[in-house]
Amino acid sequence: MAREITYRDALREALREEMYRDERVFLMGEDIGAYGGSYAVTRGFLQEFGPERVRDTPIAELGIVGLGIGAAIGGLRPVVELMTINFSLLAMDQIVNHLAKIYYMFNGQFTAPVVVRTVEGFGQLAATHSQFFENYFAYVPGLRVVAPAVPKDAKGFLKAAIRGNDPVIFIEHSLIYRNRGEVPDGEDFVLPLEGAEVRREGQDVTIVSWLRGYYLALGAAEELARAGIECEVIDLRVLRPLDIETIVRSVQKTNRLVIVEEGWKSFGVGAEIAAAVQERALDYLDAPILRVASVEVPMPYARNLERLVVPNKDRVIEAVREVLYQRLPAPVAR
Amino acid sequence: MTSTVDGQLPGVALPKSELLEMYRLMVLIRRFEEVAAEQYALGKIAGFLHLYIGEEAVAVGAIRAMDPEDHLVTHYRDHGYALALGLDPRRCMAELFGKATGLVGGRGGSMHFADASKHFWGGYAIVAGLLPIAAGLGLASKYLNQRRVAVAIFGDGATNNGAFHEALNFAALWKLPVLFLCENNQYGMGTAVQYASAVREMYRKACAYDIPAEQVDGQDVIAVYEATKRALDHCRSGNGPYFLEALTYRYRGHSMADPETYRSKEEVEEWRRHRDPITRLREQLLTHNVATIEELAALDRAVEEAVAEAVRFADESPEPDPATLTQFVYADPITVR
Repeated sequence: MAREITYRDALREALREEMYRDERVFLMGEDIGAYGGSYAVTRGFLQEFGPERVRDTPIAELGIVGLGIGAAIGGLRPVVELMTINFSLLAMDQIVNHLAKIYYMFNGQFTAPVVVRTVEGFGQLAATHSQFFENYFAYVPGLRVVAPAVPKDAKGFLKAAIRGNDPVIFIEHSLIYRNRGEVPDGEDFVLPLEGAEVRREGQDVTIVSWLRGYYLALGAAEELARAGIECEVIDLRVLRPLDIETIVRSVQKTNRLVIVEEGWKSFGVGAEIAAAVQERALDYLDAPILRVASVEVPMPYARNLERLVVPNKDRVIEAVREVLYQRLPAPVAR
Repeated sequence: MTSTVDGQLPGVALPKSELLEMYRLMVLIRRFEEVAAEQYALGKIAGFLHLYIGEEAVAVGAIRAMDPEDHLVTHYRDHGYALALGLDPRRCMAELFGKATGLVGGRGGSMHFADASKHFWGGYAIVAGLLPIAAGLGLASKYLNQRRVAVAIFGDGATNNGAFHEALNFAALWKLPVLFLCENNQYGMGTAVQYASAVREMYRKACAYDIPAEQVDGQDVIAVYEATKRALDHCRSGNGPYFLEALTYRYRGHSMADPETYRSKEEVEEWRRHRDPITRLREQLLTHNVATIEELAALDRAVEEAVAEAVRFADESPEPDPATLTQFVYADPITVR
């Protein structure tokens, strides 16, 4: 059986169930307790679980992650929250130099199974609060980086991340918390932290994306279908380890690939996917791989300008038509 | 001369066996480090090698005061702590040689010793980075109602870093059982403390967080031991963190690459001659008839042999198996490609 719930509720269920299942699981982050979480994911948790297990912290991201690492080594299962991914930069030393390396550097003697929940997104928040940094984390061996787009994955991944033995960077998106989707019943529903998924089949063009980009891809595919173009839409779901095989298999069928990402195009996740696909399937490609990404400027505040920066459905449609040679290349950066 | 209880130092409750063990460990660290420097010169050891010579009393005094269940995280000048914990000098040397038999299989080298069985969760090589981790270990201890204290070892240089302040604030805010033990060896790499810190005494920085703090002579192993005991009792009794500053000095450069242009030979000589921790304990033990010259000489010889054996062991040990290169990146399986 399954129920339809929101992405936010899927996360809430995962956290609650795992906190009941294992007393070592606790939450730590800025304003997750009394305030209820910036995005209300942990609303009511302080009352339900108490201040030992739902810990409001100072505004000290490096410390939050560092304490998480120590607590994990000491036998706990911390789920730490970085209020937004923009603030993760302050914790980067702990994440990259310590969290990701402890298991390897100390020769497998011990692990630091910390789940770092964080969220990206935009909404007239200007340059320092509207960034997409998943590539920063996906670059680092030792981290698992998940970016669930649908409620089912949000729940299954979060539960698996808490139960697993590796550090997990768990990236959410502020604009999809209210999206609804089917989630299987049962407290033992967990998903492996790997694997892309083909969510819509088609034979003309493959579109790969994740988080909000996945919904843009889906919207574009539906509109293109009315024009007789069938897109295969792949939800990447996990950025590290990257499931390139699923993408290659699809490209071998469609011979065309468009990647939709909200981050800046240069040095992004899309660049990695494009490189990996050409390594394995160059002969199958009938068109250049195109990336639909953010315009490379610090995010402006003004509504009209912000809209020009981030990808939208129309730009995805343009890119699909371009790889089908149905239009001339666009004059502006994509 | 004051009269003494046989086998003890005046005013010191420690038995002779413990005093001799402290002596032996300090000599072991000193000799291990001297030989490591030789092996570095011979090309057997590469990369960064941060020697602990001159600071031995801090590690030995602190470690001997700890309970076996206490947590330990240190900075990258970590050989002394590993040896003071009783880790096998052969495996320590093998780690420096980058051999499979090393403490961490040749994965970490000089800066990343660790032994989970001793709750020594590693040497960390980003200055101050270990401090929040130590606070987290304290959090786990408190959360699990354990009586373990998390001991964090760091240098004066770390106190100027944001991670230090975040960790102290967390530990004090949540009353975590963490002993912050600052080794003030008066130089952050090549920068003297007065050019790096607005405050010359590191322990005074703890007062901003209402953490009780004191300074101790880091060249006096017994003083370090006693101060650490008191501090650990404080933490273990649920009073929150404690801050100890051990005033010490490293005789060698920051690492083997250090030309030491920032301090005078006379300054180093002054510490070697008049503030040496091993000479100090040795003279105490002899003056108060706790040990004879022959007893100490026997310990010296045993250390000499142990270190020579460590080099032999390290030299003869195999390199890490290339097939293990990608082992331990992830603990759980990965199947996608």
